[in-house]
Amino acid sequence: MTLLTFLPLSALIVIFALGVILNRHPIRSALCLAVTLFLLAVMFVFLDAHLVAALQIIVYAGAILVLFLFVIMLLNLEADIPQRRRRNLTIAATAAGLVFAGVALRPFLGSDAGLPGVGMSGPVPDTFGTAAAIGQRLFTHFVLPFEVTSVLLLVAVLGAVVLAKKKIG
Amino acid sequence: MIDVSWTVLLPTLLATGTAFAVLLADLAITGPERDGLGWIGIVGLLATAVATANAWGTNATGFAGTVVLDDYAVYFGLLFCLATILTLLISIDYIGTISLKAGGEYYAITLFAAAGMFLMASSNDLIVFFLGLETMSIAAYVLAGIWRPDLRSSEAAMKYFLLGAFATGFLLFGIALLYGAFETTTLGDIAVGVGSSAGLQRTLALGGMALLLVGFGFKVAAVPFHAWAPDVYEGAPTAVTAFMAAGVKAAGFAVFVRIFMHTLAALSVDWSSVLAVLAVLTMTIGNLSALRQSNIKRMLAYSSVSHAGYLLVGMVAADAAGGAAVLYYLLAYVLMNTGAFAVVVAIGKRGEPNELLDDYDGVGLEHPALGLCMTVFMLSLAGIPAFAGFTGKFYLFSAAVQSGYAWLAVVGVLNSVVSMYYYGGVLMRMFMADPTKSVQGTAHRPYLTATLAVTAAGTVMLGILPSWAYELAADAFASLG
Amino acid sequence: MVPATYYIALSVLLFVIGAIGFLIRRNLIVMFMSIELMLNAANLAFVAFARHQLSMDGQVIVFFVMTVAAAEVAVGLAILIALFRHRETLNADEVRMLRW
Repeated sequence: MTLLTFLPLSALIVIFALGVILNRHPIRSALCLAVTLFLLAVMFVFLDAHLVAALQIIVYAGAILVLFLFVIMLLNLEADIPQRRRRNLTIAATAAGLVFAGVALRPFLGSDAGLPGVGMSGPVPDTFGTAAAIGQRLFTHFVLPFEVTSVLLLVAVLGAVVLAKKKIG
Repeated sequence: MIDVSWTVLLPTLLATGTAFAVLLADLAITGPERDGLGWIGIVGLLATAVATANAWGTNATGFAGTVVLDDYAVYFGLLFCLATILTLLISIDYIGTISLKAGGEYYAITLFAAAGMFLMASSNDLIVFFLGLETMSIAAYVLAGIWRPDLRSSEAAMKYFLLGAFATGFLLFGIALLYGAFETTTLGDIAVGVGSSAGLQRTLALGGMALLLVGFGFKVAAVPFHAWAPDVYEGAPTAVTAFMAAGVKAAGFAVFVRIFMHTLAALSVDWSSVLAVLAVLTMTIGNLSALRQSNIKRMLAYSSVSHAGYLLVGMVAADAAGGAAVLYYLLAYVLMNTGAFAVVVAIGKRGEPNELLDDYDGVGLEHPALGLCMTVFMLSLAGIPAFAGFTGKFYLFSAAVQSGYAWLAVVGVLNSVVSMYYYGGVLMRMFMADPTKSVQGTAHRPYLTATLAVTAAGTVMLGILPSWAYELAADAFASLG
Repeated sequence: MVPATYYIALSVLLFVIGAIGFLIRRNLIVMFMSIELMLNAANLAFVAFARHQLSMDGQVIVFFVMTVAAAEVAVGLAILIALFRHRETLNADEVRMLRW
């Protein structure tokens, strides 16, 4: 990936991310989030994370985002009414965030010197980012976290049912 | 190769198994009575405690070094068993009081949260820790909102969830930066790399550390990341609040201490001064805000914020004495704080939560046993000698003095003096004021009586004979290596 | 080639946008979406580091993050619906206890 593709793609990602937080209507925010997630999937492809890119679209943009949209539609949300008294807080938070971003970004806008790893320019093995390679690592080194996610999802299912079902018991 | 070693995971597995047993038993029980499920949970956790205590001294590792069952994990495992058993005892009574319909799910989710805590205490890998934390947190969000007919419960769940997920974002980004800096998520390997890091690698390490600090700050409710605590503690069902204030906070500290005082010990120059500032803010703002509360649950919430500040004092010391003091104080804190919430539950009754301080007028005269227990807990929380809170603060502050933070210890002592005012205020009301309403107290409430007996006895015992528990804590902290 | 640091810079920017969104917005569901932006920023960092190190770990971790995100969304939206049944509002200021 060259700067010529990286810069426009990043610019689009930032624009749509801003769209998520600046749009007054939740539906538009959700659609901006969908585009952001999709563009991130494109970024993942350029980073040789093919399976992750596919999952990003299937799980994130497909499942999670649809759930968001479903809830927005279900609750029939309207656009927010802008509130004047919050304007100061908005300005303060934005300014603080920009200053923080400026400080935090500075060390990263340079070369990779000092960052551990083989670097971005070397050859990438054919298997890198494939389902086989990920599965290999997932079911050996990360087998415990994998099992824990099953408990995590069970708790989430149990909790969602307890909290959202119409009548209990 | 897959390195499966079930013994290392024993506490987590037993707690998860108990949760499944409760879920299955819930299906088998047809009537409205759900007390038996609480008993299954208590028996399961007692078995977990025995199995965990058996592992003392083994210091086993497993799953390619991502999980350990060192003395540190055993100590916290036992602490979580204690906190969860006490919570279940309170809950059996409390669920009846508020006629909670989802009793079976309540017990199961509490046990799943406990399983997450055990995993956090045992985790030696940032990803294992992250998943343990999420298991515990998601369970806690659900518990906060489980009393559906009560609007405050839903609001508390919403606030807890949003702020918790926000904190998760910080923790995760911190983990990402540490992964980038050291090519690994295993704590042991990170500890090795931190010492020699330089240049961009050190920048990443420091950034990751700062983000983890913010994330943990939220999780243990340290100022300025505490804004959620009073509202959530007030709105959540009281038994759940007791669980959040004791178990969930202790679990946060279990990993906070392991990561900062062990893994990132080489960066202690960078984090100890920040933590010192946080400790001062947390103690002072927590105590000053507690002075102005009229609701006992909000008051105890701010009190719990200030106690996080005392615990941070021990972390600032950044040595073995400080670590042991933090571990010891967490034990004392779990006992006295859970006891205080048990009193809050005892004073409430069906349809009348009696959560205002005005409701406490004269209760001590009408119910001397309840008043006596509350006296023990309040004096202990305030740090009066002969109670667990005093010995705990003594260890914390003397560790700070020995590490050259005498001023921090002075701030801590001054704060304890301030806290006497509001803890004492509760006692004044209970014994000096004329009763305005009759409360049920502990009569015909065996589970609450048991909870109060255990916590009060523990609080007094730790106040008189602290050394055995302190030595356990010191051994546990020493096992971090 | 684009250095890995550029990807990290982009992910920091995304993270900050998400954090600002959480702080300035009052709509509960948009605040929730801002948190998703923060999680995705972390995912981008993981994938970029994985590519830089030619190690699969970062990509595997993204799996776990997606799982956690899915679990959080399930519970979060359930809480949202439970709250909405009481209040018919998703404005944080109208929810009494959600002011901060």
